Amino acid sequence: MANYKEIIATYKDKPGGIIEAFHAIQKEFNYIPEEALREAAKAFGLSEAEAFGVATFYSYFSVKKRGKYIIRVCTSAPCMVAGGDKLLEALENYLGIKLGETTADGRFTLEATECVGQCQGTPVITINGKPIPEVTPERIPEILSSYK
Amino acid sequence: MITLTVDGKQVQVPEGTMLLEACQLAGADIPTLCYDPDLKRVGSCRMCVVEVEGRPGLVASCVTPVANGMIVHTESPRVVEARKVILELLLARHKLECHTCEKNGNCLLQDYCYRYGVTTSRFSGEMPKFTKEDPNPFIERDYDKCIMCTRCVRACEQITGAKAISVAYRGHHAKIATAFDGNLADSTCAFCGQCLMVCPVGALTSKLSKGKGRAYEVEKVRTICPYCGTGCTIELNVKDNKVVGVTSVRDEELSPVNKGALCVKGRFGWDFINSPERLTTPLIKENGEFREASWDEALDYIAEKLKAIKSEYGPDAIAVFSSARATNEENYLIQKMARAAIGTNNIDHCARL
Amino acid sequence: MAQEMRILLKHADQINPESAEDYIRVGGYKGLEKARGMDPRAVIEEVKRSGLRGRGGAGFNTGLKWSFVPQDIEPKFVICNLDEGEPGTYKDRIIVEKNAQAVLEGMAICGHAIGSKKGYIYCRGEYPHLVQLLNKAIASAKACGVLGDFDIEVRMGAGAYVCGDETALIESIEGHRGNPRFKPPFPGVAGLWGKPTVVNNVETFACLPYILVNGADWFAGIGAPNYPGTKILTLTGDVVNRTYVEVPTNVTLREVIYELGGGIRGGKKLKAVQVGGTSGAFISPEYLDTQIDFDSMASISATLGSGAIFAIDETRDIVEIVTRISRFFEHESCGQCTPCREGTFRTREIMERISSGKGSIQDLKNLELLGKVMKDTSLCGLGQAAPVPILTTLKNFGHEYKRKLI
Ligand SMILES: Cc1cc2nc3c(=O)[nH]c(=O)nc-3n(C[C@H](O)[C@H](O)[C@H](O)COP(=O)(O)O)c2cc1C
Ligand code: SF4
Ligand code: SF4
Ligand code: SF4
Ligand code: SF4
Ligand code: FES
Repeated sequence: MANYKEIIATYKDKPGGIIEAFHAIQKEFNYIPEEALREAAKAFGLSEAEAFGVATFYSYFSVKKRGKYIIRVCTSAPCMVAGGDKLLEALENYLGIKLGETTADGRFTLEATECVGQCQGTPVITINGKPIPEVTPERIPEILSSYK
Repeated sequence: MITLTVDGKQVQVPEGTMLLEACQLAGADIPTLCYDPDLKRVGSCRMCVVEVEGRPGLVASCVTPVANGMIVHTESPRVVEARKVILELLLARHKLECHTCEKNGNCLLQDYCYRYGVTTSRFSGEMPKFTKEDPNPFIERDYDKCIMCTRCVRACEQITGAKAISVAYRGHHAKIATAFDGNLADSTCAFCGQCLMVCPVGALTSKLSKGKGRAYEVEKVRTICPYCGTGCTIELNVKDNKVVGVTSVRDEELSPVNKGALCVKGRFGWDFINSPERLTTPLIKENGEFREASWDEALDYIAEKLKAIKSEYGPDAIAVFSSARATNEENYLIQKMARAAIGTNNIDHCARL
Repeated sequence: MAQEMRILLKHADQINPESAEDYIRVGGYKGLEKARGMDPRAVIEEVKRSGLRGRGGAGFNTGLKWSFVPQDIEPKFVICNLDEGEPGTYKDRIIVEKNAQAVLEGMAICGHAIGSKKGYIYCRGEYPHLVQLLNKAIASAKACGVLGDFDIEVRMGAGAYVCGDETALIESIEGHRGNPRFKPPFPGVAGLWGKPTVVNNVETFACLPYILVNGADWFAGIGAPNYPGTKILTLTGDVVNRTYVEVPTNVTLREVIYELGGGIRGGKKLKAVQVGGTSGAFISPEYLDTQIDFDSMASISATLGSGAIFAIDETRDIVEIVTRISRFFEHESCGQCTPCREGTFRTREIMERISSGKGSIQDLKNLELLGKVMKDTSLCGLGQAAPVPILTTLKNFGHEYKRKLI
């Protein structure tokens, strides 16, 4: 956890830039570690309580450690009617974890998301932010095999 | 000036006045939960909604500026129905235990439910389970009674400046929390208790006064906090001739120095009054042991010693250290004694406890 | 046969959206040039006269909104709303992917009109690729010198639908929780960092270059007179073509679903269509001949909203779908005001109860009452719109609820 200070320093002069800094921290660590949150609060002149309030407001930020790859399954209505619910179930079974959990090897975390704006290809999942359209339960092994 | 009609009564108020104040001027009693005269308005509890003719929805009176010709109804059936539903929604998340609650009789949720005849909630379902023990000596945090008015957060920031707490998480999971949702003692909390002062319900209460009597059982004696020279107004809560708590007075006229704000000593440091360890007579140390003495004996003893030191080493061998807990008059007298009776300028005091 | 009418997306896939040169080659930045030759007041008048109304959902006249901005307060800000959180909507993403420069040009036109030198684009966290695209597009436009002294910065959201609300969006740019502010004051008067701020939708901005170049009258003559121009719609659910289309605003829902959308999959019958995204009303097929423009939708108690068209066929369980939608609002409520924070939670509970066959007639009554009060008392549009899908399906598809009661 060497460089969260450097990351924060790059955004420090942006007014209101704590959210940008959180994004950058998450890109590095996949979550916002406690020390990084404290440091960001200081850099942006927020109290730690406030910074924690900001971090926990946004669904894409996590203050808890997560897996290397974060799989999000869209559960909004357009994806739901296109088979999103079954897809989620299939993912849970395939990974052997429930929604919100991380696989024992620390590789995958499974989360639900609301619409990711890729509705031409429902149902959609995203892996570390990258949308993958028209996912069927059958395609899961093939898709996940490229995430080592 | 703006002229508007509230419940059939015409009132005139300066431009920029909020509807809440205009309605109050017209004699309307508007229920409010998140509104606090000393804090920035957030307009979020929606208890203060009123009906303004021509507006599509109800408006939150505490944050809606008046406009000329407004026709306002503060207790129309639509308003009453909305307030009832809001109260029922709050009840549905509220650990209702008025029978043992410290705030029974001094609780806005209780008052408004009484006023609108809300006995149970049509929306009851899952209850929050926020509460966990916060091991600190002063403040009981029971967020299962919290109605999320955020007054405590604003008081902590805007009155005390400690910013120990904030709203964390989102939506129905939102709760009042310190950084990392931990204990107050690990935060920047100064235990001033301003949060507890503004909390309209029983979510924040004093651990020290717990079980010692509700607001209506105690006699409130207004006095000045004895701890430091700031001179904050406090109210001793007295029951059966015993001090069972301290509250503060938020009225600026009655509490000009602090307007209700206190520090940890003023608000929570009163239990010494009934402490069995408290000294009630002077003690004189002889052969390493204290023994009780009368005031006359003790004062003679001190005078003799001071005289002896002064004649042997001169007055500047003596220094007088007075207390910030003493009043101005007492401090004046002790410096007079130092300078005139003893003859030294070695006089100082502890600036603050 | 209804046809697409492509104005904003005319050069889709023919130009590189990152490249200002490409855009200039097809006539880009002429609108800004023209605007800069005009008095700012005259630009606002022109936009007002075009009849352009906000494409972000509220349908407010754009020129009129700009005219409320006080001139004597500095600095002023222009914000482009690319939060696009309404489920089933991706038209702003398409506009940026196909024609990003038009959005930048529109923002600069607004900057000239209101006297602002600084623009922000607030891009939802789900679109990181657009942040990259936009940064390159801005760099390209700057390199060409077309933006002049107007600066644009991209900020990213982080998964909060409520940040699409202009005041929550402003809070988020300021680095706070995305809690909507009460209004007044409106952003036009006191917005970002308390300064006058115009917030418009991506599509609204993208219309501006074409209005300036071709004139207000040209724009006002397209589509429905009260809501002129084109609208980009995104079709989801059980339509054959799950795709996006740009159409004049006077096409009907029937034309959109059956002609452009290719009808319902598997030759099934349409049960209902939800227009405007998840917070929109569910419309029954008898209203299919209504035009999609804002006022026509309003006349059947619906909203055009973001322009999402979600069609469901006769086999779908509408109660289940609305239950799913109620979960969306529970998840996305900012939690600030009582009716929405508590109301979205309780409606989800009640909907789940009904959907799983455990609901009672009293639950229906409670839903209706709660929905009414949420609409009436919530602080922002989220809480006010959250009950709409429930209330409209209770009204139009009440039998589907009753069938499930105990
Ligand atoms: C909960 C909520 C979500 C919203 N989401 C969006 C959005 O994603 N995009 C958008 O342009 N406007 C959205 N709006 C509307 C904005 O508040 C604002 O009216 C709009 O950006 C103004 O732009 P326009 O006049 O060009 O439509 C939302 C409003 C609310 C209440
Ligand atoms: S907080 Fe008020 S309503 Fe709640 S239990 Fe205590 S007295 Fe009763
Ligand atoms: S006791 Fe004072 S410092 Fe501590 S949380 Fe309450 S208001 Fe803030
Ligand atoms: S603890 Fe009390 S003051 Fe704080 S939000 Fe809850 S009810 Fe309001
Ligand atoms: S209506 Fe909902 S989203 Fe809007 S302010 Fe209230 S709680 Fe937040
Ligand atoms: S008192 Fe007005 S909204 Fe709370």
